[in-house]
Amino acid sequence: MPSDVELGRRAFRRRQTRRSVLVSALSTLVLAALLAVALIGSPGWARVQQTFFDPEVAVAALPRVLQGLWLNVQVLVVASVGVLLFALLLATIRTLRGPVFFPLRALAAGYTDLFRGVPLIIVLYLVGYGIPGLDFFGRMPAAFWGTIALILTYSAYVSEVFRAGIEAVHPSQRLAARSLGLSHGQAMRRVVLPQAMRKVTPALMNDFVAMQKDVGLISVLGAVDAVRAAQIETSHFFNFTPYVVAGLLFVLLAWPMIRLTDWLSARTRAREQAGSLV
Amino acid sequence: MNASPAGLETPPVLRLRGIRRAFGDHEVLRGIDLDVAAHEVVALVGASGSGKSTLLRTVNLLERIDDGVILLAGEDVSDPRTDADRVRGRIGVVFQAYNLFPHLSVLDNVTLASRLVHRIPRAEAERRALGLLGSIGLGDFARSFPDRLSGGQQQRAAIVRAIATDPELLLLDEVTSALDPELVGEVLELVRALAARGTTIVMATHEMAFARDVADRVVFLDAGRIIEDAPAREFFAAPREARSREFLSRFLPEA
Ligand SMILES: Nc1ncnc2c1ncn2[C@@H]1O[C@H](COP(=O)(O)OP(=O)(O)O)[C@@H](O)[C@H]1O
Ligand SMILES: [Mg+2]
Repeated sequence: MPSDVELGRRAFRRRQTRRSVLVSALSTLVLAALLAVALIGSPGWARVQQTFFDPEVAVAALPRVLQGLWLNVQVLVVASVGVLLFALLLATIRTLRGPVFFPLRALAAGYTDLFRGVPLIIVLYLVGYGIPGLDFFGRMPAAFWGTIALILTYSAYVSEVFRAGIEAVHPSQRLAARSLGLSHGQAMRRVVLPQAMRKVTPALMNDFVAMQKDVGLISVLGAVDAVRAAQIETSHFFNFTPYVVAGLLFVLLAWPMIRLTDWLSARTRAREQAGSLV
Repeated sequence: MNASPAGLETPPVLRLRGIRRAFGDHEVLRGIDLDVAAHEVVALVGASGSGKSTLLRTVNLLERIDDGVILLAGEDVSDPRTDADRVRGRIGVVFQAYNLFPHLSVLDNVTLASRLVHRIPRAEAERRALGLLGSIGLGDFARSFPDRLSGGQQQRAAIVRAIATDPELLLLDEVTSALDPELVGEVLELVRALAARGTTIVMATHEMAFARDVADRVVFLDAGRIIEDAPAREFFAAPREARSREFLSRFLPEA
């Protein structure tokens, strides 16, 4: 049984909590009301509502846009796997020591510099219209080239994330592994990389969320994804609502991942702070 | 190279001749000669920065040398053609801190080198590791991750990991100096037990009382040179060199 002093403190804290919940609910409501009044009260609201928020158009366009979104999801899954593998390869190459690997190291470094600098949309055009022109691979769908372009660009970012993670593992961990007789490769695979992965998971998930949006760009190559489907529906209905539908669907797709990322990084931070007390 | 005084048949476990190492123009090791016989326990003492850690890393080939020869059981391992991984597999090392791998269970930590380097089947490596962990009271922690263990338990697990592959030589680098004072004892007890079992040990330490009790010999290092190399009892009772006396007076005020 807690003491009276403690019971008093707990009661006080409960009152405090209740009050702050009430205050935040109220302020949210007031802000939302103000925004709604400003929006609806604006002179052009009726026209905007008609062209962007038409429920009938939304319902009519939904099936096609959803079908398009399914293509985005497929591209996203394949591209994510591709990015993880290629980025890991790039990051590992950049950690190789020894003069033999100099050309490989330089190549990997040049690659990441280049592809972090070029806008994704330009990579899309170059890959989507350039490589097929070589007549090397036979005919491939636009989504295929879009996936390749995404992998090329995002691997450059993600390999840097991996590299930062590898460097964040305390050097004495590698020393301890080597002192046991593990080779460079064994020390990397068994000791350094697993710890690096843990450290970079939140950053990786952030890049994943960014890519979730950027898969919409494959529409510029003519792939009928959610964005392209929305475009088709828009010109069919002479109404922009399908874009809003597609936008909302992208948000819904990304939302669980965004929450998970936030939760994970908060947890990591909490753990690190707890760890630093020991 | 001369044979050891005992004769050709038993070269010392470790023989160092003229080891030199500089970082830039800072000479950290200035010609180290040292022999360590089988079952011998050698305490490496000296002020912070005198080169103890560098010397231990050198023996384990984690540090390049600028000159000198390192013989491990008579084999020249300082030859550049040496397979360094194989040599490291023959030597156990425990550092001051950050020894255990935080993403592996204690058991996996202990068996990692057996499985990967010495190609011992997992079941056998684990049976052996569980025996060792049990013998020092860590059996219940075998499946735990290192962050569940106290600092003293972690260092003891690290020592068990270092001896799990039956190394010819065990190197300990101030294994207690990152620990809270009340955890030092249990780690020293384990080292004492290993010494009693005949493990060949070279340990850098600031625990002078422990060195006096457990070490056969004390090697006093000062600015990268061996100033005095004497039986432990003699070194603590009547150090020959003025610098040894000065060093000891800082650690053992009563001496
Ligand atoms: N990697 C390194 N680069 C530069 N200087 C180093 C390096 N390692 C050790 N030193 C220097 O070598 C000297 C001896 O260090 P160390 O062997 O750690 O001494 P001890 O273990 O006796 O305290 C110190 O002055 C230290 O700064
Ligand atoms: Mg040291």
